[in-house]
Amino acid sequence: MDRPLRLVAANPLDRLARTLEALLVVASQPLSTEELAEACAEDPERVDLALAHLGERFQEGRSGIILERVAGGWAFRASRGAADACSRLFERPVERGLSQAAMETLAVVAYLGPCSRPEIARLRGVAVDSVVAGLVERGLIAEAGREDGGAVRYRTTPLFERVFGLESLSVLPRLDDLGETDDIRARLEELAEKRPA
Amino acid sequence: MAMPVRELELDLEAFEGPFDLLLALVLREELDLGEVDVAGIVLAFLERLAEREELDLDACGEFLVLVAALLELKARALLTGEEGDLEDLDPAEAAEELARRLAEYRRIKEAAAWLVERLDEESDRYYRVGPAPLAPVVERRLAPQDPAELAKALRVLTAEPPAVSLAHLELRFPPVEQFLGRFRALLARRTRFDFDTEVEQLTRVEQAVAFLALLELRKAGEIELSQAAPFAPIRVQRNAEPQTERTGTWTARSA
Repeated sequence: MDRPLRLVAANPLDRLARTLEALLVVASQPLSTEELAEACAEDPERVDLALAHLGERFQEGRSGIILERVAGGWAFRASRGAADACSRLFERPVERGLSQAAMETLAVVAYLGPCSRPEIARLRGVAVDSVVAGLVERGLIAEAGREDGGAVRYRTTPLFERVFGLESLSVLPRLDDLGETDDIRARLEELAEKRPA
Repeated sequence: MAMPVRELELDLEAFEGPFDLLLALVLREELDLGEVDVAGIVLAFLERLAEREELDLDACGEFLVLVAALLELKARALLTGEEGDLEDLDPAEAAEELARRLAEYRRIKEAAAWLVERLDEESDRYYRVGPAPLAPVVERRLAPQDPAELAKALRVLTAEPPAVSLAHLELRFPPVEQFLGRFRALLARRTRFDFDTEVEQLTRVEQAVAFLALLELRKAGEIELSQAAPFAPIRVQRNAEPQTERTGTWTARSA
């Protein structure tokens, strides 16, 4: 930062970084390295290099704007420190008031998608038509082709990944690791202790 | 405040503790479901429900699903070894399938819980959200075209199309009387004949009309028809005394 402006301007990587900054500030959703490279007419490797450079500058504690890797791409967001101020001015309509049923349906689609309404209903044991319609309306899931039988299948959208702050679906915890309470013994013993002798 | 079903405290003879622990033990087969008083669980839930002013539909739905699965599981377990089969599945298999589904549902619930937690952690992330940008319009590249070729193609289209022949649509039905006469003449000479052999040489339409004639004769009681099996040759036999009474029966039945 203390270098003379003239030198900064002369560095081609800096120029690329500034172009990327401009693209990201205009974008309303994450841009992939490939998209950025195409827009800049540059090598993806050089774009990654410039993004790393930007990432150092736009990080928590150093800037009010944060560069984050999310939903398979790169995007700017507000720093967490500005969250309170943001909350007074901005709404978060996408995730407001998601019901338990909606979260379970989202989980099914995120983990097992693309899957159809009958498949989700079989897992949850109840009809899911209105829940699915609500999630589609929020933009968290979207249609993704049809089954052989003709039922529409659904998958989660990049917006879902963005709302939940996921780089991609692969960062979700493994389903096999969930639902298994390892401390059952410990809890049984704990209960036994509590129980009046 | 939401009422977590999994934390429902139970005080049953066979088990004392939260509901989700009971589920976990049942799924791990560390607790025999046959010993568990499911009605007791329902009572405990209803008591908890009554303590609240508001009806928590989510909790009720979750509870219903879990208790229904538990009940079915228990029913299967109790019926093991008996003759009565439920839905063709053998009880052990059915119980296993139910247990599998229950475990699957539990995992999904855990996944949903993880998502809720994640959403909470990420609630201080603000970012710009907009509609998806317009997809770039794909330019359709056309191969270079020769105007003369286009004119040639158009000329073909402007030519008068040949008149369409409807000849094949005209079916000529010979009169039924023709066959009535023919069969009667035949029956005057012989007491019986084979219908199939008789019409073998005829066209399909003629065969159909010949069959109509056969039905007419049968209706009038002039002949008896027999056929050994579907698609077997139809045998026609002259009726010694035409019976008008039988004709009535036939008409009524065939109506």
